[in-house]
Amino acid sequence: MSDPFALPWLLPPPADFRARLKAIRTADGVDAAGLRALVQFALDATQLEQAGRVVSARAADLADAGLRPLKLGIVASHTAKTIAYALPAAALRHGLLLSVDLADYGQAAQALLDPRSSLVQAAPDVILLALDAQALGLARPCLDASEAEATVTRALDYVAALRAGGRDHAGAPVIVQTLVPPVESLFGSFDGQLAGTVRWLVAEFNARLLRDVTGSGDLVLDVAFLASTVGLAQWHDARLWHDAKLPFAVEALPLYADKLGGLLAAFRGLSRKCLVLDLDNTLWGGIIGDDGVDGILLGQGSGTGEAHLAVQAFALDLRARGIVLAVCSKNEDAAARLPFTGHSEMLLREEHIAVFLANWTDKATNLRTIAATLNIGTDALVFLDDNPAERAQVRQELPEVAVPEVGANPADFVRILGQAGYFEAISFGDEDRGRAAMYSANAERAAALTNISNLADYHASLEMVCTIAPFDDAGRARIAQLANKSNQFNLTTRRYTEADIAAIAADPARFTMQVRLADRFGDNGMISVLIFARGAEEWRCETWLMSCRVLGRRVEEAVLAHVATAARAAGAARLVGEYIPTAKNAMVRDHFAKLGFVKTAECADGGTEWALDLATYVAPALPMKLE
Amino acid sequence: MNREEITGIVTEIMCDVFDLDDLEYSDDLSAEVIDEWDSLSHIRFIVAVEKRFGFRFSSAEIEGFSKVGDLVDSIAAHIA
Repeated sequence: MSDPFALPWLLPPPADFRARLKAIRTADGVDAAGLRALVQFALDATQLEQAGRVVSARAADLADAGLRPLKLGIVASHTAKTIAYALPAAALRHGLLLSVDLADYGQAAQALLDPRSSLVQAAPDVILLALDAQALGLARPCLDASEAEATVTRALDYVAALRAGGRDHAGAPVIVQTLVPPVESLFGSFDGQLAGTVRWLVAEFNARLLRDVTGSGDLVLDVAFLASTVGLAQWHDARLWHDAKLPFAVEALPLYADKLGGLLAAFRGLSRKCLVLDLDNTLWGGIIGDDGVDGILLGQGSGTGEAHLAVQAFALDLRARGIVLAVCSKNEDAAARLPFTGHSEMLLREEHIAVFLANWTDKATNLRTIAATLNIGTDALVFLDDNPAERAQVRQELPEVAVPEVGANPADFVRILGQAGYFEAISFGDEDRGRAAMYSANAERAAALTNISNLADYHASLEMVCTIAPFDDAGRARIAQLANKSNQFNLTTRRYTEADIAAIAADPARFTMQVRLADRFGDNGMISVLIFARGAEEWRCETWLMSCRVLGRRVEEAVLAHVATAARAAGAARLVGEYIPTAKNAMVRDHFAKLGFVKTAECADGGTEWALDLATYVAPALPMKLE
Repeated sequence: MNREEITGIVTEIMCDVFDLDDLEYSDDLSAEVIDEWDSLSHIRFIVAVEKRFGFRFSSAEIEGFSKVGDLVDSIAAHIA
């Protein structure tokens, strides 16, 4: 039931798929919500291509509807048209509006090493480099140990040269792929031990490639892993390779496209942030309200109990990598909390749960409350529930929430949740390690606020420490992550890759700030990023963004004081700000006005320009320590 | 399964894969007369037929198809 080719976490496509797609295609205005709903089904290769055509034909309308555009260049040593056609629909499933430029078949070197190639000229945001073992000279054995090493090194050097070409000429990060080992072996099990068998060459190449790419800003699509989840014999189709140079079976395309779509979404900062857990028959077997703490099934060597315990272990593992956990259950609050405090086998404890909602309100409403409490969008939620009726209600009310089809058997829950890949990430740092604890602390801060009526007293009680520093190498990944993820408190919504951030950090004509905020509940980590262009007369704000979890803490006043001091010291007369409206950033429309800027221009699109006279600006006293 | 039943199923698959609202079956249909029939949709068409009828063609068989009638003859021989 969990055949990965069938994308089992998604619902199967409806019987009237073609009719619904046609209705969208032929309508006057584009039904963005309808199209997004259609691509949430487990579409096959044909359906992906058909939906992809509609996405491409209606790209302008979809961009107006607030979808994030991304331009992907594909460079492949095999036929990649099927991939290019399937991707726009698969990427839309992950919230991206993708357009694809495909380099001519087999022209990898020309496309990436020649700055005038049409691929480079198309200015892609990111490039997929899809090479196969044949093109890398790794498809035939070479049973001399030193020659085998040299063969792998040559292949990696070639990939490194192409990656450098992508970076230098197109200024875009490159997604490389691991190679899928062949089904066939030369000796059998011994292939793994003997340098130079194809299995050895591929394993060696993959291991060294993963090491090379880590920390470089380039990305990896682990195709070898994908293929291993379904089985090599299912993945490879020798006939299609011989007939048409297709890299894998037609049935593998939906899985490949979905995972590539998920990786691109992670690159754009669109991965999910929070796992919301149902309780009865999800975290334990049985109904706590009926069965009591001694009656529920959890661990204890019962197959069902062990399966539910495995769900808890997986949730804890996700939390340790930065995924926030919440509970949403139809229960009396006191009963729902009983196992957390009174059952010896429970792995999850109340302190692991950032928001705990057990009541009789409908689940969609509760999910909205959870998102609002955590200051994240409902599109950052994944909702795990064994009950198909609850899943259907949430899908109906909140189509942007990811709701995996986990089936009726708790033993499948972890696998399906894992296969779905909602929490795809392209890096992992200290910020991620501490994130879940940080959100829990935030929920505590919200509770503290309800006990203190006066905002100034509240601020004082937080004992805040704000640290402002220019961009540096250590902060680069988090700066890029924030620049790509922040939609609401973002004045200009300019997106930057890690390479862009490095270039800006090194640019003497730019003034940069990365801002961190700690308080007595914990370290919020880096929460604000600013980029100013230094001019003789005026310093112009190119980017000003802040994480919404520190809203109302006067951080924006602190950073303004910091940049005003620096600009004044450099002899500038004023700061200039710009507000570019998007579907999501209305909350900062009056940002500059609140800080004392004067409006200097208004654009037709609702955008505004502002100036702050440094001669008259006085920095306010702030309830935080500045470092 | 008689030839008429096979052509009925093949017509359904063609409508689906080539995204046609309406298709009158004839043995002479080929990539020349159906615009949406290109080398890639051809592969998806063949794979869909194989999945529906539960067998696989050889490369030689595929290379021998010049019109739909050839494909239907081959299906009939395979499932006989």
